[in-house]
Amino acid sequence: MTSLAHAERAAGTATVPLLEIKNLTKHFPIRSGLLQRVTGAVKAVDGVSFQIAPGETLALVGESGCGKTTTGRAILRLIEPTSGSIAFNGTDILTLRGESLRRMRRHMQIVFQDPYGSLNPRMTIGAAIREGLIVHQLADGAAADTRVAKLLDEVGLRPEYAARYPHEFSGGQRQRVGIARALAVEPSFIVCDEPVSALDVSVQAQVVNLLRDLQRDRGLAYLFIAHDLAVVAHMADRVAVMYLGRIVELAPRRSLFATPLMPYTQALLSAVPVPDPTSTRTRILLPGEPPSPANPPSGCVFHPRCLHPAKDDACTRLVPPLEEKAPGHFVACLKVNRTSPSTPAPTP
Amino acid sequence: MTLSQLRSSQPVPAVGGGPLLNVQALHVAFPAGGGAIARAVDGISFTIAHGETVCLVGESGCGKSVTALSLLRLVPSPGRIEAGSAIHFNGLDLLTLPDEELRSIRGNRMAMIFQEPMTALNPVLSVGDQIAEVVRVHTKASRRDAWDKAVDMLGQVGIADPATRAKQYPHELSGGMRQRVMIAMALVLEPQFVIADEPTTALDVTIQAQILELLRELRARTGMALLLITHDLGVVAEMASRVIVMYAGQVVEEAPVEALFANASHPYTEGLLAAIPRLGADQARLTTIPGTVPAPTDWPTGCRFRERCAYAYDRCATEAPALVQIGSAHRVRCHLVQEPERRVRREPRA
Repeated sequence: MTSLAHAERAAGTATVPLLEIKNLTKHFPIRSGLLQRVTGAVKAVDGVSFQIAPGETLALVGESGCGKTTTGRAILRLIEPTSGSIAFNGTDILTLRGESLRRMRRHMQIVFQDPYGSLNPRMTIGAAIREGLIVHQLADGAAADTRVAKLLDEVGLRPEYAARYPHEFSGGQRQRVGIARALAVEPSFIVCDEPVSALDVSVQAQVVNLLRDLQRDRGLAYLFIAHDLAVVAHMADRVAVMYLGRIVELAPRRSLFATPLMPYTQALLSAVPVPDPTSTRTRILLPGEPPSPANPPSGCVFHPRCLHPAKDDACTRLVPPLEEKAPGHFVACLKVNRTSPSTPAPTP
Repeated sequence: MTLSQLRSSQPVPAVGGGPLLNVQALHVAFPAGGGAIARAVDGISFTIAHGETVCLVGESGCGKSVTALSLLRLVPSPGRIEAGSAIHFNGLDLLTLPDEELRSIRGNRMAMIFQEPMTALNPVLSVGDQIAEVVRVHTKASRRDAWDKAVDMLGQVGIADPATRAKQYPHELSGGMRQRVMIAMALVLEPQFVIADEPTTALDVTIQAQILELLRELRARTGMALLLITHDLGVVAEMASRVIVMYAGQVVEEAPVEALFANASHPYTEGLLAAIPRLGADQARLTTIPGTVPAPTDWPTGCRFRERCAYAYDRCATEAPALVQIGSAHRVRCHLVQEPERRVRREPRA
């Protein structure tokens, strides 16, 4: 059975997945010299596959440059993928053009990290939220105004704020505006790209709760892109860990946090500071920094920093496939045995 | 030449029995538009002992960074430190010190690590030159000795192949590497006191772990005191010996780190601790603090936190609470200290 078939089973969904990504790749060309010839490629996303069920939250985690944001944008075709397939409700969206692509976009929205950068400073927030309704011909005139007022109320803002401009809002409020704007066109899937990373902890909690309430009320599916693993622990149903353009581990939330199998995931989890001064947890300190995606290491991309005791020559030659090592728990590591972890996992 | 020899030509102020740093009634104000005044720091007092790590926490806009800049007299114009404020470092009054003498302390006995190394580093000087410059400004070291010291320091902060890296420019280094350069520059003269303003906020978690480990190790080796400004309570738990919680320009709670986490007494501290997402929490709903920090031009009357507080009652609107001692080195600014029976949750108004 292929690992993809496993993934289908692991998603636990007898139903059709809402979103199915296969072998998604995005290479950015590197040009150099006088003639600006293509001399290489930054392999930002390098063969990523996963599925998201209706109403599910899949978190995509990893450090800067791992390709999580590029993956999110490629799914919405805000960045054109180099290759791969993206099926949304069974439709291959990479073949869509013009009007049919625009219609599809209504169902797939994005919430950005920095809502200030994504809102037009000269447009009232009411007008910004209305825009989607008009473009997709969902409502106009007084009906649109009513919808805007209802959306603002739903994200915890006062309806009369519709007449205000983005600069009049705090960071947390602007993120609520960004969420209202995404919701306006009634999508079934939202890419949340680091939606709470720029917010203070108290406001972050407000926005995380809001996203979860909206998911429950509207049956939304999220691709939740984040580097903060503690936030992910509160949001996700399943978690995919990316490193240098590849998914290195994908598992249900509980399984990933309780028994991370990939050495990188173990280090990542152990690096999260624990808000408890009496904690005696030991930390795995990874040596060095992630290599450049323009020149990724051979074999397992993590091998130069890997601290696995069984690391050997094979790790430098063979690309480990993403395989199901425990029920629903996929790992790309040659040294992790099926069913039992080869190293005791840290308990975060 | 060793570092202590390099610095032996420097006059060392006498170290008394008192604290290393003593801040009393610090007020910092910025003129805002329309004649309004933003009282960003509004009467804070604290001390830091030799070798101690103190964390300053609170949300954006509560005055943490302005406090840090005040300690070096770097408050950006038109902001000013108001009369009546006092900052003593090793017994020296920093606020009345002539500029020349202050400059000899800054970067030498007292140094700062900024959040954004890209903006704090000079883009047209190699990182080795920038560190060597600090050495040459404050000591009589030769160009050669200063360069060697810079390379040595880059090695000490964990940069591989420091001799090559020293010749590189900031844009050629990764974010984590630039932060190490900033730390090397701050620590090259082995200051007694280092202020680090969100030093790991812009970094990935595995790199953050490396930098925090480095700060701990350097602190143990040099005995420096550290004032760490952060909004991350996980970092606080791992680094601090004592914690100062700021809200709306004031200190609202101060305690040894274990006491703060085990027995947070101010409703704001309690709210901050409850709002942190935790790894093992398993999708529990997060507790929130409603609303946001009020504007510094218009702090609320009475208790400044009352509009967001789950316990606020009539007295909170009319009477500003004082910072009172509730335990060993544990101080809290809240009326509930005198009226604990009032600690009954209600729906906040915000």
